[in-house]
Amino acid sequence: MAIRNNRLTAEEYKEQFSDIRPPFDTNDAALVEANRCLYCYDAPCTKSCPTGIDVPKFIKQITTENLRGAAYTVLVSNIMGGGCAKVCPVEKLCEGACVYNLMEEEAISIARLQRFATERAIQEQWPLFTRKPSTGKKVAIIGAGPSGLSCAHALSREGVDVTIYEKESKGGGLMTYGIAAYKVTPQFCQEEVDYITSIGGIDIIYNQELGKNVSLETLQNSYDAVYLAFGVGLARQLEIPGEQLYGVVDAISFIYDIRTKGYPAIPVGDRVVVIGMGMTAIDAATQAKRLGAKEVTLVYRRTQQEMPCTEAELDIAKLDGCKIVWLAAPKEITGEDGKAAQLVCNVVKLDAGGMPVATGEIITFAVDMVIKAAGQMPFEELVYGHQLDNNKGKVIIDSNSTTSIKGVFAGGDCVNGGKEVVDAVQAGKDSAKAILQYLF
Amino acid sequence: MADISANFLGIRSPNPFWLASAPPTDKQVNVLRAFEAGWGGVVWKTLGSQVKNVSSRYSAVDYNGRRVMGFNNIELISDRPLEINLKEIKECVRLFPDRAMIVSLMADNDRNSWHELIKKVEDTGAHGLELNFGCPHGMTERGMGAAVGQDPDIARKVVEWVMEAATIPVITKLTPNVHSVVPTGRAAVEAGTHALSLINTIQSVTGVDLDTFVPNPNVGGKSTFGGYCGPAVKPIALKMLTTIGQDRVTSTVPVSGIGGIETWKDAVEFMLLGATTLQVCTAAMKYGFRIIEDMCDGLNNWMNEKGFQTIDEFIGRSLSTLTNWEELDMNFHIVAHINQDKCIHCGLCYIGCEDGSHQAINLSYGNPYNTYSVKEDECVGCNLCQLVCPVDNCITMTEQRKGDEYLNWKEFQRRGLPLNDH
Repeated sequence: MAIRNNRLTAEEYKEQFSDIRPPFDTNDAALVEANRCLYCYDAPCTKSCPTGIDVPKFIKQITTENLRGAAYTVLVSNIMGGGCAKVCPVEKLCEGACVYNLMEEEAISIARLQRFATERAIQEQWPLFTRKPSTGKKVAIIGAGPSGLSCAHALSREGVDVTIYEKESKGGGLMTYGIAAYKVTPQFCQEEVDYITSIGGIDIIYNQELGKNVSLETLQNSYDAVYLAFGVGLARQLEIPGEQLYGVVDAISFIYDIRTKGYPAIPVGDRVVVIGMGMTAIDAATQAKRLGAKEVTLVYRRTQQEMPCTEAELDIAKLDGCKIVWLAAPKEITGEDGKAAQLVCNVVKLDAGGMPVATGEIITFAVDMVIKAAGQMPFEELVYGHQLDNNKGKVIIDSNSTTSIKGVFAGGDCVNGGKEVVDAVQAGKDSAKAILQYLF
Repeated sequence: MADISANFLGIRSPNPFWLASAPPTDKQVNVLRAFEAGWGGVVWKTLGSQVKNVSSRYSAVDYNGRRVMGFNNIELISDRPLEINLKEIKECVRLFPDRAMIVSLMADNDRNSWHELIKKVEDTGAHGLELNFGCPHGMTERGMGAAVGQDPDIARKVVEWVMEAATIPVITKLTPNVHSVVPTGRAAVEAGTHALSLINTIQSVTGVDLDTFVPNPNVGGKSTFGGYCGPAVKPIALKMLTTIGQDRVTSTVPVSGIGGIETWKDAVEFMLLGATTLQVCTAAMKYGFRIIEDMCDGLNNWMNEKGFQTIDEFIGRSLSTLTNWEELDMNFHIVAHINQDKCIHCGLCYIGCEDGSHQAINLSYGNPYNTYSVKEDECVGCNLCQLVCPVDNCITMTEQRKGDEYLNWKEFQRRGLPLNDH
């Protein structure tokens, strides 16, 4: 057993990380699906979308071959509608609410249609949005992730000059750095960021980290308002013995490396256990398997009923050959020569309140790699250091997206602790609205 | 097992389904394959002075992704030599003596031409003639086709010429490109035609190409009015068929129904409104001759289910139920009811009623699913919600009579009964 990289051939990597939800092969295929849509009134799909995309409208526009209109309908509600079409857990959002489910019929493939509606607009950079003349107002945004970009776009449309400070070398945030590569390619992420900034008035300065390269105080002095959208950090510590052993890694870093270093460079073990059952856990497990791990097991301390990921995500993991172990809570990682060798878990059951309690039984996994994916940690230091009112590191805002500091707004993962891309986009929209009210 | 055979003016066919005069019936190879597939008869593509066709010839209307809801053509009558047509007709009759062979005719507009053509066609052994008074394009400019059918006097004259020469049954095919098909139908019947068939195609422009700005079908940058047919025209055909079946004169002859027939259900509807045989073209052009199998099977099963032994038992059965508006019962009232167990919350009933009808459906907000219910006092019983509901039997219309007695509009007015107050 060993952790090593370069397990597959170039061809194999390409195959393993190809688009898991490919687009419609032909126009006709999209039209057939679009024509199935009933064009519901006050549609449940729209109500179930955090950004409120008018789904029946854009699907109708596909059927009338008004692709430009369809793209606008999606993007005007969700400027990252192209990416969300690839990464949203639609089974519990729009597609989950599709009325066809109530007829025991297959839900409309809203995500694929949304991809169809937006793909050309993004690839060909259709100028669907125009920016009002500059008002002279300037806003600084921390973080070029979904929330920051969404806020920036909405502000720029209204003539605000936006500067985004991004600590990474690319925009997109978790879309670019934190999601399985078989869902969104780096190239797509780049195109999406380029599309958003193509409206003008948005300047992204890369490799600028708040508290290191730039201070909040400076920004407050130089801009009319500041929007904090710095997201969340690494995976939560397990707080168990053996966590420092070689081979115990953080899912966020693991995925980040996959997205930044290229597949062959990423070391992966023969026997991998992923702790957690959220979307990130699934992304880590499936990609470990696809990188060539012989055996990947997902360990979760509750049951399938409580898992945060969708059934569809779970199916991806199962189809990839990942094993699933429910009701097992990590207790200790033991090692040999400083390397992780065994993950010891308490077998648990859920009490009346749904909390896992140890049964006294133990289950042990032979491992050479343990990936931690049990939730993400807020950037506590950053939040505490700036005396922002917070809840265990999560920034507290009022109903106008305003923090405890005047003129400083916040939204997205740094506020909610880590939700979907689509939630972050909506937070960016809400904040932009509040900022505009504050500025004018 | 029901008997689905037809006897039309003594012309027998094993089923009432004939292929209409059109490309599927313009040559032996097609007709033989149609007979092998099971078609009861054919009306051979119209013969007359040989013509020349253009390219392209067809166009269609699609609807919500379904192709050929309506179909349009600018083809003329047969463009093959008459002698070849006659020879092939003879051969088809010889090979399939149990099938109906009707030949469609459109002679030049003089007595001799008609007489000569009829003589030649009768020599083939064909069982009947159909006079093409309906073709709406190409031939009308030459004083033929619809130009004849649109003028009862000319139609009467031509039918008279035909009847002087014909020794086999004569069917006159009517054009729908008139205010009413009855005057021409009457003229034809009074001049002696043995039967009528309807409808021929409806003059149309199916659409305009939004890139070239040329309507379709495009013939080198120009188009021309064509003849419209297919499923889209069925309701118009049924209405015209009814007027023939309800008229004192035209109702005395049998009718062959035409216009958008694609399934056994369409066929039964035509029969219930007076058609004895059915002619099909567009559906065969779209799907091929094989559709005959379900047409026969479905008709047979329906007849068994209803207890009909022969088709004569139900031909024209629905004619008496189509009446003048003034005769309808004002006391008859229905209201919509939404079955909440079946409702999928699409809201189509609500928005249809709210924006398009009588604001009689209540929306109770829910996330993500609203609940919809009928305001019975406001419901006028229009059917709209039921028509747009995508779930079978989710919305039902239940009877809530306004009074026990039959009360028509004339009587309603005579009694001075109150009109709506809001």
